[in-house]
Amino acid sequence: MLEMIIVSSVQVMMVVGATLFCCAYSTWLERKVLGRLQHRLGPTYAGPYGLLQPMADGLKFMFKEDIVPDNVERTTYFLAPIVSFVPALLSFAVIPFSPGFELFGYKFTGVISDINIGILWIFAVTSLGVYGIILAGWSSGSKYSLLGGIRASAQMISYELGYGLSIIGVILIANTLSMTELVAKQASDSILFFENWYILQQPLGFLLYIVCAVAETNRAPFDLPEAESELVSGYMTEYSSMRFSTFFVGEYANMLAVSCVGATLFLGGWGGPAFLSFVPPVIWFVLKVFLFMFFYIWLRATFPRLRYDQLMRFGWLVLFPLALANTMITGLIVLW
Amino acid sequence: MSAELVVFFISAVVAVCGALMMIVQRNPVASVLYLILSLVAQAVCYIQLGGLFLGAILVIVYAGAIMVLFLFVIMLLNLRGGEELGKPMNAISLFTKFTIPTLMLVELLFVIKESFASMTGSNGADALSDGFGSVAEVAKLMFTRYLYPFELTGVLLLIAIVGAVVLAKSEDSQPTAEGEN
Repeated sequence: MLEMIIVSSVQVMMVVGATLFCCAYSTWLERKVLGRLQHRLGPTYAGPYGLLQPMADGLKFMFKEDIVPDNVERTTYFLAPIVSFVPALLSFAVIPFSPGFELFGYKFTGVISDINIGILWIFAVTSLGVYGIILAGWSSGSKYSLLGGIRASAQMISYELGYGLSIIGVILIANTLSMTELVAKQASDSILFFENWYILQQPLGFLLYIVCAVAETNRAPFDLPEAESELVSGYMTEYSSMRFSTFFVGEYANMLAVSCVGATLFLGGWGGPAFLSFVPPVIWFVLKVFLFMFFYIWLRATFPRLRYDQLMRFGWLVLFPLALANTMITGLIVLW
Repeated sequence: MSAELVVFFISAVVAVCGALMMIVQRNPVASVLYLILSLVAQAVCYIQLGGLFLGAILVIVYAGAIMVLFLFVIMLLNLRGGEELGKPMNAISLFTKFTIPTLMLVELLFVIKESFASMTGSNGADALSDGFGSVAEVAKLMFTRYLYPFELTGVLLLIAIVGAVVLAKSEDSQPTAEGEN
């Protein structure tokens, strides 16, 4: 019992720490990559290659004055950043980072909780994350915030359907909802180590997943809820100091979460080439997640923001029917 | 007292209190928030009883999708706290307000009586089969024993969707980019 408590708490601390660290350095990566893509240098002053920039930003946020406007609904206003941040962190509870390892004589499983409905857990907690944005928009008492909140809720309801349906194909093929089993089923010993990855059997599902994931996390080109050019900063307009940075970190935690889920469902999780077995599996996982994150930043630098009606039409008339068709075809093939 | 019992009592109390607070709140947004709290507590109850799938679906569908729609509508209408009480009730609303809760109360008492009767017969534990509450078990029941009710519910929902589309279209005939839920 005691050993279980020690192992679980150490594992939880490791995952939360790694997540927060990655969130901080995702901001650095984003600024660096965006800079390079736009022929700039990005942050250079704080430390070598600007590596200390996330610390500087964090300190700056802490020392800024926390301004609370007069006409906010106080309880929901204070609750909103937490509600948007916690679900993102919760979804890491079922993501398998490695096949398990031994440290100081204790056995670690490589996943905080291996429940047999892992994917449903992720969808359940991420579907709660939207409340943070809606409540922030509603409670701020500002029209920009309200518009951002309304946009966010409409966008998230619309894309949640495609997001949920895009992974049904993988579930049908794998015949399981457990994240660890999904990784195990994608493993392969041959030289073509990626032969069992579901991206090969579900290319359309993968495409739909990526598009919907970008929309679900409110990233460019689907970042309508915080469109600077029209809504100042959307639902975050009235937030400052640490409350603003909680939203900010929450957004990156959400990006990391959907990247981790994508890497687990479609790219084989921590599985790597068998002939490179001396590399710790967690390295492969991090590499795959990094690919997703880089793709996110690349998208932001490449595409202009969609118009709101284009976004809605695309979600309902293109993504949703495609996801339905993908589900039906996969189901027929599996039955056959 | 085992850990499971503690979890059950906490989540049950939160669920009931959330439901009560939802009714007594004047502010519609606060009502929605208390209902979400109650739903999440109910999901914890289900999970603690072994219904992992049911709990997850409850959160995804009700707390994650339907309540978002509720909040969305409240925000669009921009209802702020302290709404005045409506007009005095007419006969129809008075009738429905008392009949439906009475019927539900009778149904609830009946269910409680039945479950007490089955509890005294056996200790209740042997009623659970292996893999109870798992996705496979739920699906098996849904597509064999409860196939007709399940399909009928689907038809009912379809009728509701068609009705919603018709109502939305007849209001103003200009095409909108948003879809129906």
